[in-house]
Amino acid sequence: MMELGKYAGTVLSAYGVSALLLVALVWQSVAANARARRALERQERHG
Amino acid sequence: MLSLLKRDLSLATRAGGGFGLAVAFFLILCALVPFGVGPATTALRPIAPGILWVGALLACLLSLDRIFALDHEDGSLDLLATAPIPLEGVVAVKALAHWITTGLPLVAAAPLFGVLLHLPGSAMPWLVASLLIGTPALSMLGAFGAAITVGLRRGGLLLSLLVLPLYIPTLIFGTEIIRRGAERGDPATPILFLAGITAGVVALVPFAAAAALRVNLR
Amino acid sequence: MSIWEYANPVKFMRVSGAMLPWVVASAVLCTAGGIAWGVLTPEDYKQGATVKIVFLHVPAAMMAINIWVMMLAASLIWLIRRHHVSALAAKAAAPVGAVMTLIALVTGAIWGQPMWGTWWEWDPRLTSFLILFLFYAGYIALWSAIEDPDSAADLTGVLCLVGSVFALLSRYAVLFWNQGLHQGASLSVAPGERMSAVYRYPLYLSMLGFFLLFLALLLIRTRTEIRRRRLAALQAREMRA
Repeated sequence: MMELGKYAGTVLSAYGVSALLLVALVWQSVAANARARRALERQERHG
Repeated sequence: MLSLLKRDLSLATRAGGGFGLAVAFFLILCALVPFGVGPATTALRPIAPGILWVGALLACLLSLDRIFALDHEDGSLDLLATAPIPLEGVVAVKALAHWITTGLPLVAAAPLFGVLLHLPGSAMPWLVASLLIGTPALSMLGAFGAAITVGLRRGGLLLSLLVLPLYIPTLIFGTEIIRRGAERGDPATPILFLAGITAGVVALVPFAAAAALRVNLR
Repeated sequence: MSIWEYANPVKFMRVSGAMLPWVVASAVLCTAGGIAWGVLTPEDYKQGATVKIVFLHVPAAMMAINIWVMMLAASLIWLIRRHHVSALAAKAAAPVGAVMTLIALVTGAIWGQPMWGTWWEWDPRLTSFLILFLFYAGYIALWSAIEDPDSAADLTGVLCLVGSVFALLSRYAVLFWNQGLHQGASLSVAPGERMSAVYRYPLYLSMLGFFLLFLALLLIRTRTEIRRRRLAALQAREMRA
């Protein structure tokens, strides 16, 4: 494990918050895409 | 166009038109601030220019949605769109009417409220000058925001979210004029910048606002 | 063959579907590689380990601005040539841009705490990013407020044009208002100001990674929007039948 010294909390929280935001964005994008695809397929089967 | 201006002015000044409401709001805002920050002159004087300008922004915002909403509801906006005058002209006249009924009273009332906030006398002329130069831009940008949100049912909150960021440059230069004027600095640079912004806004924004209106009237 | 052929939604879906796995893979590779490389760099003699934040902060800030420029270009293409994919791409890009701005702001605040002794400073750069975030918020809110998709595309397009002018204007007005603490451009090429190569190359890789990440998200989100539009069109047809 690498040494972050006295700024460990600072660096880790910056990476943590960014990772959280990016993961939330990616998750939302992928989930919305999957939802739209399923809805479209259902509609095309029926219609 | 002159008759449109007359019509808008008489509609605004008639009972229920909301004329004077902006000034009353402005007064309440200026009266509330000392309760928040304390009555000391040393606390009020440095923030007075900012409070007065922010108050003017918010008071201006209050009546923006009326610029087009009422005419949109009763269909007279459709008539105006098919009238022989260009829609850009209609937008400019409506913004002018808004400025006369909201901006000008604010400019006139501002020195009184400046006294309440212990604004030094040397800053008063600059306060009036900065508001006089800056408020036309506020009305014009507001007309743009009102044109975008005219068809929406709950456009009021969205309108403030869209319009307030557009007010930032005007606010920065407006308060800077007063600050420099009060400290006997040279307010010429911010005055020129503010006048430039207002001129640019008045010249160009009517086109954007008219384009937005056309979309909403489709 | 012209670039406008990709404005056809069917063609866009086919091409973007084929591109997507490659873009996603390279985005993950470059972002992870750039950040891992960055984390392993030695500490700066002045800033200590906090310098490692730069590999998130600078790429996010760069993308925050570039995404707005991309939205402006897409809005112009929609307003002039009426290509639906273009309008939907602008809509799809906005939340990504807002998140990038937020990352730049948050990492900047966390970094500023030990370096400047404060979470927030009304510094021109910080203030400009806050203003940019407000513009993103207004743009996204306007998209979600209007029901008719074509009117929404038109009105947000006009807002994007006017907003761009005022975002730029605010940038310089803010400079007039307060001089700041923030350092100059991180990628300045002036001798003496230039970042050491130890940090520069991982930063380039990380910036490339963030760009590819944006591209991947943009493709996914634009595909979502196209599917939603098609779904709405099918449902409308069913209602009429």
